[in-house]
Amino acid sequence: MSADTPTDTVTSTAADVLTDVQQVPGSPKPDPMLTADGIIRRFGGLTAVDVRHLEIQRGVITALIGPNGAGKTTFFNLMTGFDTPDEGTWNFDGVAMGKLPAHQVARNGMVRTFQLTKALSRLSVIENMKLGAGHQKGENLFRGLVKPIWGAQEREIEARADALLDRFKLAHMREEFAGTLSGGQRKLLEMARALMTDPSLIMLDEPMAGVNPALTQSLLGHVKSLRDEGRTVVFVEHDMDVVRDISDWVVVMAEGSIIAEGPHEAIGANQTVIDAYLGTSHDAPLDLGEIDVEGAS
Amino acid sequence: MDWGSILAETVNKFFGVQAAYFALAAIGLNIHFGYTGLLNFGHAGFMAIGAYGLAISLQNGVPLLLAVLIGLLAATAFALLLGAPTLRLRADYLAIVTIAAAEIARILFRATEIAGFNTREYTGGSTGINGFADPFKDLNPYTGSVDLWFVSFSRNDAWTVTVGWALVLLSVLFVHLAMRSPWGRVLKAVREDEDAARALGKNAYSIKMQSLVLGGLFGALGGMIFVLGQSSVQPTPQDLGAPKTFFIWVAVILGGTGKLWGPVIGSMIFSALLQFTDLTLRGFQEEGIIPTWFMDGVQVGQVRFILMGLGLMLLMAFRPQGIFGDKRELALDVR
Ligand SMILES: Nc1ncnc2c1ncn2[C@@H]1O[C@H](COP(=O)(O)OP(=O)(O)O)[C@@H](O)[C@H]1O
Ligand SMILES: [Mg+2]
Repeated sequence: MSADTPTDTVTSTAADVLTDVQQVPGSPKPDPMLTADGIIRRFGGLTAVDVRHLEIQRGVITALIGPNGAGKTTFFNLMTGFDTPDEGTWNFDGVAMGKLPAHQVARNGMVRTFQLTKALSRLSVIENMKLGAGHQKGENLFRGLVKPIWGAQEREIEARADALLDRFKLAHMREEFAGTLSGGQRKLLEMARALMTDPSLIMLDEPMAGVNPALTQSLLGHVKSLRDEGRTVVFVEHDMDVVRDISDWVVVMAEGSIIAEGPHEAIGANQTVIDAYLGTSHDAPLDLGEIDVEGAS
Repeated sequence: MDWGSILAETVNKFFGVQAAYFALAAIGLNIHFGYTGLLNFGHAGFMAIGAYGLAISLQNGVPLLLAVLIGLLAATAFALLLGAPTLRLRADYLAIVTIAAAEIARILFRATEIAGFNTREYTGGSTGINGFADPFKDLNPYTGSVDLWFVSFSRNDAWTVTVGWALVLLSVLFVHLAMRSPWGRVLKAVREDEDAARALGKNAYSIKMQSLVLGGLFGALGGMIFVLGQSSVQPTPQDLGAPKTFFIWVAVILGGTGKLWGPVIGSMIFSALLQFTDLTLRGFQEEGIIPTWFMDGVQVGQVRFILMGLGLMLLMAFRPQGIFGDKRELALDVR
């Protein structure tokens, strides 16, 4: 993707709802889908996450950025039930999530992908997809033994899976083991598989990382299309071009806390953010020059 | 050396009682490991619980079918007990707990007294229980030994073999139906990556528990056929201890993990190979081809296990996927 893509035209409609939102950490949103309060997660002496208040607006794409080790993945884990915070409460679409195990969170409509892609290697691509569908009658052992009980539903699921495979350009790999896919194709499969659950909020942890540039554009297109179908998207990304291109709102994390929020134009110029990135070691893959240029322009 | 009789006895073992009860137990272990990725290193524990549950019940006048049911219920309870604390933890915890629990079960069956309670009255302590199998033998429809052109069984064995293989076929049908279903898909997904399954709304803990119970039931059935066949249940390591667990693992790996017929064919080949190496070595020794200063009659029994071990290493080196396995599948990096 290129930096000279005109950005405002693409995202303006969804972002409109956010124009009046204060550009400060923890700012209230007109229609929050996910609200987190006082989330703290410590690993021994290290406080990996310390989020006082965060609201994620419904129906927009929110980018979660921050240097390596800022706590983005841990925050995803906490929100989706893969890890338990030491303190804090959060609710998703009005439902308190604190006590729910990961699979219940997913069934409620908050579905995440993983930074390190999890393809189910020794299942075919289509089986990977079909697994994602919820409320399957045949997932009970006894009903599963009797195919007539679940056969019709299976055909529906398969049709939906095939449509998604087409959309994600994976149809030609349908019968292959997922383990044979390239890194980029696995990212696509993971996203498509997550969509099989029909999530209302989808959390993508570095969906573009390690993806061949030829695939990045189509992945970006897919993420935008998720929002256009009315889903809420939160994604972690290091590449500022990508963030500029598709995000309606940016949340910046550093050392476990939210340090800034706002549209990407404002974030690029934010001194706290620049300091946070400068304060980190050289392995921080975010290109500061890019932020500055964008902020100045 | 009579190659004809060696071959005949080898073929007999291929279809014999041992192959049948190995197959049943191996089908269970294949559900655990092959389909779900559960590391159960105490499968003999399930076999022992099933066997003792059956034997003790029969000994106390419980009708056969009810006795079988009691054995199965006991195995279910054992699975729940092992699974509840371990299945939320990393995979290796189950491995450790199953090793220990199987050994604890065997030692408790061997004990004469547990907490002041005389258990030997029921379990027979170190002598086990003998001659409880009459209700089973009474159902034997064969009137004499059975001779087909490729196998021959005594009257008793013919009955055990018939019931054993009938159960194996039913079990294979069951596993086939279960694994082609969406339920089976969740099982395999958990094997591949538990977190991915959870992220898609699948209750990994529950499905692993179901798998542990189900595979344990087949282990218990295998144990039952084993002790009914010899109408004796003994708390020895050879019969119901770690060596037995190891043999079942060999059968599963030999056949190919996660394959429908793998555990069955693996069990048949393993049983036949044990017999073949034993008879051949003995034959060589009687002929003087192997001098007694090198290996005596007692040692032959041990050496065949060395040979089996060697064979297993060669298998792992040249066909790690087993007989039914798919090399392509094995080559995929898991995760
Ligand atoms: N399971 C864990 N045990 C100990 N420390 C952890 C664990 N997971 C993450 N951390 C630490 O928490 C911090 C945040 O990590 P992470 O959430 O992965 O950051 P990010 O995704 O923003 O790069 C890092 O310092 C990391 O080393
Ligand atoms: Mg991360």
